[in-house]
Amino acid sequence: MNVKPLAMRDVFLERIWCSMASEQKIFFVSADFGSPVLDKIRADFPDRFVNVGIAEQNLINVSAGLALEGYTVFAYAIAPFITMRCYEQIRVSLALLSEVRPMNVNLIGVGAGYSYVVSGPTHQCYEDITLMRALPNFQVLSPADHVTAASMFDICRDVQGPKYLRLDAQVLPVIYEHNPPEMSNGLHVHKRGGQVCLIATGYMLHTALRVAESLALSGKTVGVIDLFDLARFSPDKLYQALDGYEGIVTLEEGFRGRGGVDSMMFEFVSRQKMKAKMLNIGVEGGYRFELGTRADLHEQVGIGYEVALKNINIFIESLSN
Amino acid sequence: MNNKAIDLREKSKWVWRQTLAVHRRAPETRLASSLSSIDIFVALYYGAVLRFDPTNPLNEARDRCVISKGHGSICMYPILADLGFFSMEELLNVCKAGSFLGGIPDPVIPGYETVNGSLGHGLGVATGMALGLKRKLSDRSIFVVVGDGELHEGANWEAIMFAAQHQLDNLHLIVDDNHISMLGYTDEIVSHGDLAQRLTAFGWSCMEVDGHDVLAVQSALLEQKNTASRKPKALIARTLKGHGVPGLENAQLSHIINPKPELIDSLLEEK
Repeated sequence: MNVKPLAMRDVFLERIWCSMASEQKIFFVSADFGSPVLDKIRADFPDRFVNVGIAEQNLINVSAGLALEGYTVFAYAIAPFITMRCYEQIRVSLALLSEVRPMNVNLIGVGAGYSYVVSGPTHQCYEDITLMRALPNFQVLSPADHVTAASMFDICRDVQGPKYLRLDAQVLPVIYEHNPPEMSNGLHVHKRGGQVCLIATGYMLHTALRVAESLALSGKTVGVIDLFDLARFSPDKLYQALDGYEGIVTLEEGFRGRGGVDSMMFEFVSRQKMKAKMLNIGVEGGYRFELGTRADLHEQVGIGYEVALKNINIFIESLSN
Repeated sequence: MNNKAIDLREKSKWVWRQTLAVHRRAPETRLASSLSSIDIFVALYYGAVLRFDPTNPLNEARDRCVISKGHGSICMYPILADLGFFSMEELLNVCKAGSFLGGIPDPVIPGYETVNGSLGHGLGVATGMALGLKRKLSDRSIFVVVGDGELHEGANWEAIMFAAQHQLDNLHLIVDDNHISMLGYTDEIVSHGDLAQRLTAFGWSCMEVDGHDVLAVQSALLEQKNTASRKPKALIARTLKGHGVPGLENAQLSHIINPKPELIDSLLEEK
C-alpha cells in the first residue's frame, strides 16, 4: 500500500474542518496565514473563524479569551512568529492562566526547521523546541509525516491545556503507511538493536531512518526512535527503548547545545542514571543566510544525511574502541 | 447577581481608607496607582453597572471585568471582600505567606478573571472574550481597566483595531488616565496626545469623565452600557495618581514612593 504524501497542514486542517460541523466549540483563529483547506473553514464556518491580521500578539490573546469562553481554539501562523513574536502572551495568557482556568488552545505553527527553505532565517525556525518546552504545562508536538500530524488532532481536541504543534511546511514522505504511531507514549520505536540508538523528531526522523539504512548496508545495526511528543513522552517507554544502548545520537533541526532535543536527552540520561554516551546532531554555527536546497543547507550546518552518516560512523567506531 | 442601592461617594471614601490600611500593613503593594482607580471600581461594582455573583465568581451570567492594570487594583481587595467574594479577614494577610492576596493580583483571587500586572495583555484577552460572547449570542458585557501608561504596550493597539473591526460593542475599555507611569509623566515619556480623539479615530465610541467623580463615572458607564453603537466603547477617566495623599498625589515618582507609615496613620485618623 502506498499512501500519497500530503502537506501536514492540509491534513490537520482537514480534520478540523471535518469536525467543526458536529463540534460547535471549535474556533479557528489565523494571523493572516492560509491554506486551501482553510478556505473551506472560512467559507463553511464564518462564525467560528477569525483572521486577526498580521498580529501574533493579538492572535494569542484573542485565542485565550475565546478559550475562557469555552471554545476549543486552534491558532494558526508561521512557526517562528506564533512562538517568538508573542512569547510573553503565550506565557501569561496561556501557560500561566491555564493553571487556574480551564483552557484548550492549540498553537499550530507551520515551518518547522528549514522547511521554508529559501525564505531565510526569519521564516526558518530552530529555536521553538527550546522555547516551548521551557513552559512547563505546554504540550509540544512534532510530527514527522502527515499521518502523525492528522492523528495529533485528537489530542488537540480532547486534551485540555495549551499545546504547540510544529508542522513542516514541505510535503514529506510518509513514514507511517499502515498505522499512525500510538500517541499516548509520545514516541515510536522504528528499529532496535546494535550499540547505538538514533533519536530524532520531525523532519530529522527521515534523515535518521536513511542513515540507519545506510549503516545496515555496511553491517551496522542501529536503533531509531521517533520522539514526537517533546514534553509529555512516557519516561518509562523511553527508558525501555534506550535501555542497553552504549550510545545515543540525537538529531534535530534546531541549534545544537541550546536547550533542544539534545538537552532533553542529556537531562533524561542523567536523571535515569543511564551510562550511554551521547552524540548530538544539531545546527552548528548560528544564523546563516546561504541559499540552497534543504539538503544543501543541512549539510552546511552539520545536520545533513552525509555529515550525519559520517559522524555517526565515527561515534560507533569510538564506542567499539 | 448582586446589585444594591449604595451611597457611592461614601463607599469610595471607605475603599480609600481600606486601601491605605492594606498598604500600611503590606507596603509591597502599589498604593498610588491603586488610589487613582478607586472611583472606577466603586462605580463598576456598587453602581449597578457590573453583574457579578460572589457565590460563583465565574457564573456564566456575569459581566466580565478584566483588571489589566493589576498592580494598580489593590483597592479591589476591600471591594471584593466587602461584596462577599472572600472574607474581610483576608485583608489582614495581604502579601503574607499562605494568602492568595499578593502584591500583584492573580486569578487565584475570586473575582479576578485573568493574569494581570504584566501590562498590555488584558485588553487583548478581553477582546477574545467579547468575540466569544458575541458568537455565543450572549448579551453579557466585558469591562477592561487599563492605565494610560499601559497603553504604551503595542499589543493593546492590535486589540483596539481588532475590536473596532468586529464591532465589539459589548467591550468597554476604561482608562485610568492618571498620566503617570513608573518614571514620570506619560506626556513626557511617550504622549498619547488627545487619547479620546485617537481612540475615536480607531473606530471606538469614546467618552471622557472626571475619574474622581464617582457618580459621573457611574453615569457614563451606564450610558455606554445601554447604548447599542456597533462600536467598542472607551471611557477615559481623568484621575490623579496617589489621589488624596499629600506628597503622593500627582507626584512624578508616585509609583515608587511609599508614604511614611505615620502619614498613613494620620490620614486614617483624619478622614
